[in-house]
Amino acid sequence: MAKGITDLDMNSFDDVIGSSDTPVLVDFWAEWCGPCKMIAPILEEIASEQDGIKIAKVNVDESPDLARRYEIMSIPALIVFENGEPAKKLIGAKPKGALLEEIGEFL
Amino acid sequence: MNDIRDAIIIGSGPAGLTAAIYAARANMAPLVIEGEPSSTSDQPGGQLMLTTDVENFPGFPDGIMGPELMTNFRAQASRFGAEFITSKVTRVDFSERPFKIWVGEDAHRARTVIVSTGAQSLMLGLPNEDRLLGHGLSTCATCDGFFFRDQDIAVVGGGDSAVEEATFLTRFASKVYLIHRRDQLRASKIMRERALANPKLDILWNSQVVEIQGDEKLSGVVLEDTLTHDQRPLIVQGLFIAIGHHPNTALFQDQLELKANGYLVTEPNSSKTQIAGVFACGDVQDDYYRQAVTAAGSGCMAAIDAERWLEEHPG
Repeated sequence: MAKGITDLDMNSFDDVIGSSDTPVLVDFWAEWCGPCKMIAPILEEIASEQDGIKIAKVNVDESPDLARRYEIMSIPALIVFENGEPAKKLIGAKPKGALLEEIGEFL
Repeated sequence: MNDIRDAIIIGSGPAGLTAAIYAARANMAPLVIEGEPSSTSDQPGGQLMLTTDVENFPGFPDGIMGPELMTNFRAQASRFGAEFITSKVTRVDFSERPFKIWVGEDAHRARTVIVSTGAQSLMLGLPNEDRLLGHGLSTCATCDGFFFRDQDIAVVGGGDSAVEEATFLTRFASKVYLIHRRDQLRASKIMRERALANPKLDILWNSQVVEIQGDEKLSGVVLEDTLTHDQRPLIVQGLFIAIGHHPNTALFQDQLELKANGYLVTEPNSSKTQIAGVFACGDVQDDYYRQAVTAAGSGCMAAIDAERWLEEHPG
């Protein structure tokens, strides 16, 4: 996968998450969420700097089924998937350093 | 060591960014230390980052989304050369000139400082509150209202932001309870009338939340009547907290004069603090108006005060 952020929806989600050989950090976001916008550039930086993890995002407005499946009740919500399964869930916007620390075990 | 700046602005809500626009246009090359991302209302862009339609900011006849308005403010400041650091200030020293401001180990120096750190949302301070944050408990109706479609939810508070959030949330929820500890709302007349006319909104007067319940996610609250002290459960799937704000003045406690309620003291009709060369604007020094447009106005005052101070104290 090219380094960048992949947009996932109901159709692509299971394929991409299931077939990834590295952990995937999925950002559940929406256009109307201010804190989601704040962390977007941080995730872009992490995507280009970290080789050990892929970054993807799911627009909850367009894919409410995915939000429901992972019981999202607050965004931004970041879920790290390992071997296709959710391994860690983080809620709320955080600065880059704190975020890297939280996902350190997957890098 | 970094170069000595003409102006450093701490905070990036409407006040800080308006100060940045004016200071940048006055060739002061301001550095804005804008804060760091969070979902607590203490973040770059300030409280408006957690709001939806801003209907009372002049110049936008159809309203504008809070985050979009703040993105515009920032772009306008950038255009005139304001620089940004996306971090929190960890320490300040205003006891001698140039003033010093630390971001971690990194010290920045400036001839003038504009403090515009704003205010952040108060929490209820009840057990389970931290644990259930993001699991039914929210401080951002804009962000999370969507997830409560056709559910029963409650908003705690009685001011403009509580009433605005409750009204906004009726777009999604089947029922919104507004839990307020008094028998009338503090919110402005237009907001009150909107709330009272909304069939999906029920106001629970003289009520306060004394317990938040839920294991994996929020399942309800216990309310206490503020007059009779009777308690009763209220089953809701979501709880939104909008009980007011506290000024972000912890950094300045030993350096600047604070009012008893924690707000910074400024001279009447000015942005001057008691330290010459340090100015304050926006909600951090305003416990009365607290509007985006008054914050922006006071940010303009602070930049002009700083500019004049530099002219009077060259070198």
